This record gives sequence, structure tokens and C-alpha cells, in this order.
Amino acid sequence: MTLLAVERMKLFTTRSPWWCTVAALAVTIGFAALMAGTADAQAPLTVAATQFGYNFGLVVVMVMAGLAITTEYRFSTMRATFLAVPNRWSALLAKTAVVAVLAGIVGEIAAFGSWGIGKLIKPGVDLTLNTAYEWRAVAGVGLVYAVAAVVAVAVGVLVRHSAGAISLVLIYNLLVEGLIVLIPNVGPKIHKWLPFNMAHQFVTGNPDPTGRDVNFGPPLSDATLGPWAALAYFAGFAAVLLVIALAVANRRDA
Amino acid sequence: MTALLATERIKLFTTRSPWWSMIMTLGITVGLAGMVALTHAGDRPLTVEHSQFGSQFGLMIITVMAALAVTTEYRFATIRTTFQAVPNRTSILLAKTAVVTGLAVVVGEITAFGSWAVAKLIDGGPELSIRDSGDLRMVAGVGLVYGVAAVMAVAVGILVRQSAGAISILLIWPLLAENLVGLIPRVGDDLRNWMPYVNAGRFLNGVDPEMPLSAWGALAYFAGVAAVLLGTALVVANRRDA
Amino acid sequence: MIEAVGLTKRYGKTLAVDNLSFTVPTGRVTGFLGPNGAGKSTTMRMILGLDTPSGGSALIDGKRYRDLHQPLRTVGALLDAKWVHPNRSARAHLAWMAKSNRLPAKRVDEVLDIVGLSAVAGKRAGGFSLGMSQRLGIAAALLGDPQVLLFDEPVNGLDPEGILWIRKFMHRLADEGRTVFVSSHLLSEMALTAQELVVIGRGKLISQSSTEDFVSQATENTVRVRSPQLGALRTALGRTGVSIRDEGESLIVSGMDCADIGELAAQTGTVLHELSPQRGSLEEAFMQLTGDSVEYHTEIAEGQVPATLVPAGK
Ligand SMILES: Nc1ncnc2c1ncn2[C@@H]1O[C@H](COP(=O)(O)OP(=O)(O)OP(=O)(O)O)[C@@H](O)[C@H]1O
Ligand SMILES: [Mg+2]
Repeated sequence: MTLLAVERMKLFTTRSPWWCTVAALAVTIGFAALMAGTADAQAPLTVAATQFGYNFGLVVVMVMAGLAITTEYRFSTMRATFLAVPNRWSALLAKTAVVAVLAGIVGEIAAFGSWGIGKLIKPGVDLTLNTAYEWRAVAGVGLVYAVAAVVAVAVGVLVRHSAGAISLVLIYNLLVEGLIVLIPNVGPKIHKWLPFNMAHQFVTGNPDPTGRDVNFGPPLSDATLGPWAALAYFAGFAAVLLVIALAVANRRDA
Repeated sequence: MTALLATERIKLFTTRSPWWSMIMTLGITVGLAGMVALTHAGDRPLTVEHSQFGSQFGLMIITVMAALAVTTEYRFATIRTTFQAVPNRTSILLAKTAVVTGLAVVVGEITAFGSWAVAKLIDGGPELSIRDSGDLRMVAGVGLVYGVAAVMAVAVGILVRQSAGAISILLIWPLLAENLVGLIPRVGDDLRNWMPYVNAGRFLNGVDPEMPLSAWGALAYFAGVAAVLLGTALVVANRRDA
Repeated sequence: MIEAVGLTKRYGKTLAVDNLSFTVPTGRVTGFLGPNGAGKSTTMRMILGLDTPSGGSALIDGKRYRDLHQPLRTVGALLDAKWVHPNRSARAHLAWMAKSNRLPAKRVDEVLDIVGLSAVAGKRAGGFSLGMSQRLGIAAALLGDPQVLLFDEPVNGLDPEGILWIRKFMHRLADEGRTVFVSSHLLSEMALTAQELVVIGRGKLISQSSTEDFVSQATENTVRVRSPQLGALRTALGRTGVSIRDEGESLIVSGMDCADIGELAAQTGTVLHELSPQRGSLEEAFMQLTGDSVEYHTEIAEGQVPATLVPAGK
């Protein structure tokens, strides 16, 4: 418990988490407002359409999570941390937990904020959360952010360099998965099993046919797993990466 | 100016970043081209465009390299040593921009022609020959786009002065923000047409008739945005304490 | 010659340098003294055109730094030994600096030789110890064979041998007729190194004078007297109006020299066991002068003067 408190203090006494939180919230919610404001008959506002900006928040949160760890290496506070808590597993797990929780909270605020601002701007549109699909589309964002933060922390521990970790995380998430799908023949088959596609499947998967339009929302994932299985897959990927990272951190010099 | 160019050339090549960025860009783009050529099935012929599959990847690596060329100077405060040696900040920063841009152009051309050659060697299909100006632009144009992107990255690096911030902006903007803009109902498409990296893509991959600018117009627009950004960065760098 | 006229620098609410005017004469080592946070580094950055003054100006031989053509040939400076890319070798670091001012490449090896880094010239600067970094910084300052040299706390973190080396080095530079301006927060160090002193506190000028004058003006000269008849002696001294302070078994007298005290003792028939002049310590003088202007006060009991204002190695 003390470790969690320590890591929480460390996180909130630096500036980058604040910057990232503000940027993530401002852009996702701001973009939802833009979408709601410009919605019309051709591009109606739906629950899913309020969440277009979620990928933006996702990458910003990952930058935040990566920085939380790489700045420690950069300013050698990692050494101070390991001096105070020689058990590196618990020190790093505490940090991961705090960062993931913050990411989850930012995700929920971003998602419900986006949804809320849509309701506010277009009170006439029915945006109530009726189905499991709609609940996942909004409330699921926080879960995805939290798991993505774990991925970013693991990458940060492995790479130890802000520039390298951020480049890796952003280029992978924003470019690599999208490029792989374009490889002839094998591309789509691989793409179905890529982690961020799975995360996307959790948020957009299984659109229920009961009523409202699903075309006006983030593009659907091509993954074939069910949404919760997809989330479990994504979380499993994050866990494996984290375990590798922790094992490496434990072996090398601080 | 030649002395300043030489200065910045020494500075760039006595750190590791240009080397790894060159190797990574080359390896990944050429590797991807080879992979596409190998996995390609016979139903549709492989085209020149396919061979440039990884060019956006290379673009991002070059962008990171160019941004780091500036932000590491701020991080290690060598920018102060630099301004102490050359108090005319505009000229030394222009020299740095020129050197980084030059490297980006060279890397771009090598990777583009390398990718094309590898695809051609593996597949050898007729559509892989460079037959018209469009095909040539698709390959030779990559270096130009990398060059302009490097200017953009240097400018953002000067303005932000911080690796994490500059890289985040420079990657999230073209890969995500420009696409999100296109989603906005009614105005999205028009706005997207004026996004700088969208125009860079149009220059390489040909212009659809809906576009307001010609291929070279699109490149000029991309370059114009970079120039304005660089101008702003120079003004700011001159005003601010080193 | 360096000339600061009404130099002022404001960072938001902090007034780091406040209307500071002084001159640094040619051919001498001038110390720039002030407690932590006094504004020494800020002043030096302004002299070098890195920071823009909020008011006033700093001129080097009548010119602003940013107007100098190939400034490394006129002014060499070491403000912070860490301003080096850690992955660049010492030689590469000097090579680009030389190139930027069109200095011959062989000059790089010359200065490496002068500071004794030739053997490690190809090693990455990030792996250098503090002393080696400092030497690399000095090599960079000497690159253009400049007439004016600025050093910001060059002995910080150095071992005694390194300190001695730097001190001798500064004297050699001044003897060659160069202008040397060196900052420190340690008066004891400056007293050995500098001939002239510019003292500042909280951004303001406190004094500019020769080191000798500064020390004798600033230090209070006292005499320690021990006697078995301390009471009688105190009464006799008290009548002359000098100030007396008890310190254990002895008296500390200020305002009267040894000869006068001895004569007074003889007149009153007092036996003396000790009669010794006390030079006030340099640190005391410095504390007295800058006492009100120290930015960060530490909790020290009155009369208890720390050996240095700040632990070295900060
Ligand atoms: N870039 C800056 N931004 C804001 N405040 C600054 C900046 N640089 C210096 N200061 C402030 O200006 C004052 C003078 O700082 P400066 O570094 O010049 O002192 P110094 O005499 O060199 O101290 P030291 O002996 O510790 O090196 C300090 O209060 C410092 O906090
Ligand atoms: Mg200082």
C-alpha cells in the first residue's frame, strides 16, 4: 500500500501526467463536441460516434505511461527508487498499477465526457446506453486505456529511453497494425490477432442489430474473437510484455 | 555558411542517431517491399506503388531522427555551446535544418529506389517498371517528402525543445489527427484536403480529381507549411533565452 | 575588457540580476563572487548573449557578444562542463566548435594537449569524470586562443590537485595578458586565485575592488588576550572604549592592536599569557557583506560560521 502511495506521489508531482491528461481529455471531448455540432442526417450522431476521438486519448495515455517510467531512468530516480525499495518487482508493479488506474480514470472521463457533451449539444438525439454494445463503446474505453498503459509501461521499462519508447508505442499503434493488414494474403490473417486490433474489437465489436446505426462510429474491427475474449487477449498480451519487462529490469543494473 | 554546414554535419554524424535511423529506415522499408513481393499472389500484378509500401514507416523514423537532432541539443544544453560559438542563431539553425534535410532526402531516395529494386528483383512483374512521370514521382518523390518532413520536424523540435513532446506531436499529427479531421461531417473532407501530410501523400500517390491541388502543387503546399513553421521557430529561437 | 552597465534580468517574478554595473580589467584574474542564487551564472549567460538582458547591456571590448564575428576567437567560456553531448567524443566536440569559427583542425589537438586529455580524446564525453569534463570545457574555451575568458565555478567538484591546476592555469592566462573572469561562491578560493573581486548578492553589486582591499576592509582585525588577571585587564580596556568579547578563558579585543594592548597591560601591571592578532576569516567577511543578501538561509546558530557557505560539490 505504501508503495502505491509513493508511486502516486511521484506521478503527480511531475508535470507530464498533467499535460497528457489535459491533452487526452481536451482532444477527445473536444472532438466529440465537434462531431456532435456538425452531425446531420447524412452523418447522424450515435453513441459510437461520440467516441471517435478515443484512439487519440489512447495514444496520449500511452505516452504518459511510457514517460512515467522513462523519465525515472533519465533522471536516475529509478536508482533512488530501487534503493528505497530493493524488491524491483514490487516497486515496478506498484508503478504499473498507479499508472494503469490513472489511465483507466482518464479513459472513463474522456468517454463519458465525450458522450455527455454529445447529449448536451444534441439533446434531441437519443444517446441512452441501452445495450451491452453501447455500454462497451463508452465504459469500455477506460479498460482499454488501462491495459494500454500497462503495455506502455512495459515498453518503457524495456527501452528506458523516452524518445525510443514513445516512438515505438506510437508508430506501432498508429501505423504498424494498419500496414500489416495491407500485406497481400497473410496480412489480414495476422491482423486479426494483433493486440490493439483486439482492443478495438472490445470497444466496437458485436454491434447489436436492435436499432441504431452502427455505420456512424469508429470503423469496426476485423477480429473474430468475442469482445470480452478480445479484451482478455489484449490484457494477456500486456501481462506477458510486463512480465518480460520486469524480468529484464530485475536482471540488469539499475 | 559552408563552415556552418560543416559544423552541423560534424555534429550530426558524431552521434549515433543518423546511423540507426538510416539503418532502420533502410531495413524496414526495403524489408517490407521484399515481404510484399514475396507474399504477393498472382491474381493482380505487383505495382510500383506496392514497392513503396513501407515509405510512411520510413517517413516516421526520419521525422523522429530530425526532431531528435534538435531536441537532444536542448536536452544536453549543447544548444548553448552552439549559440556561444555562433551567436547568429538563424544561420546556425538554418545550417542544421539543411544538413538534416539533406540526410533525409538521401535516405529517402536510397530507401525508395532500394525498395523498388528489391520488389523488382523478386517479382519482376511488368507493372513494376517505372514508365511514366507518376511512377517516377512515386519513387523519386519519397526523398523530397522525407526532406520536407525533416524541416517540419526540426521546426517542431525548436519550438517544443523536448523530445517526448516533439515526437508525440510529430507522430500523432500525421498518423491520427489528420485522419480524424476527415471524419467531421460536412467540412471534414475539405479540411482534410488542406492537411499537410495528406498533401504529401497525394504528391506521391497521384492526385484524385477532387483535390484542389496538382501533384506538385500538393508538394509545394506541404513545403510551404514546413517553411512557415520553420520561420516561426527561428523567430522564437532568436527571441528566447538559449 | 568586459563591461556591464545596468545589467538586469528578470525571470517572471524573480529579479535574478538587478541593475548590475562592473568592469573586468584586462590582464588580471577577476573573481566574481556571490552566494548561491546571487545571479553569477545568469550574468555570465547575458555576457555571452545566451540570455537577453531585461535591461542594460554587457560589452566585450566595446561590442555586444552577439555582434562578434567568430566569437570563439575573442571570448572563450566554460559555463557548464556538462554542456556536451554524452555520445560525442571529446575530439568530435572540439572539432565541431573549431569548424564553426573556422579554426584550424590542428588546434583541437593542441588544446587537448594543453588540458591533458589527448589520451582520452576519442572516448565518449558522457563517460568522463567531473574533472575530465571540466578539462574538456577548458579546452573548448581555449580553442580560439581568445583574449577574454569566462569560467563559471570551474573548481566545483574538483579534487585538490585539480583545483591547484586550475588556479595556476588562470594565473598563467592572466600573465599572458588575457582577461580572466571567474565566478565562485567560495571567497577562500577566490582569495588565492583572483586579483580583483566583483562581489554580488541577490543580483546587486556589493563591491568591486582588489582582493587585498576587499579582504582587509571586510575582515575585522581582533586581538586575543589571555591573562590570569582577566578582570583587571577588562576594566582597563573598558576605559579606552574598545569593544571586548569573552571567549572561554580569553578576551577578544577589537579596535586596538597588540602593541597598544601590551602597553596598557604593562601600565596596569597585568600579566599576559597570550597576546595574538586574529585575522578574521575570509568566510566571515563574505558572510558579513553578503549576509543580508543570501538567498537561501540555513539554520545556523549565531556566531557559528560555517567553513563554506555551501558544501562543495553542489
Ligand atoms: N532560466 C531561469 N528561469 C527562472 N529563474 C532563473 C533562471 N535562471 C536563474 N534563475 C534564478 O535567478 C537567480 C540567480 O540564479 P543564478 O544561477 O544566476 O545564480 P548563481 O549566482 O549562479 O548561483 P550558484 O552559485 O548556485 O550557481 C536564482 O534565484 C535562480 O533561481
Ligand atoms: Mg551558478
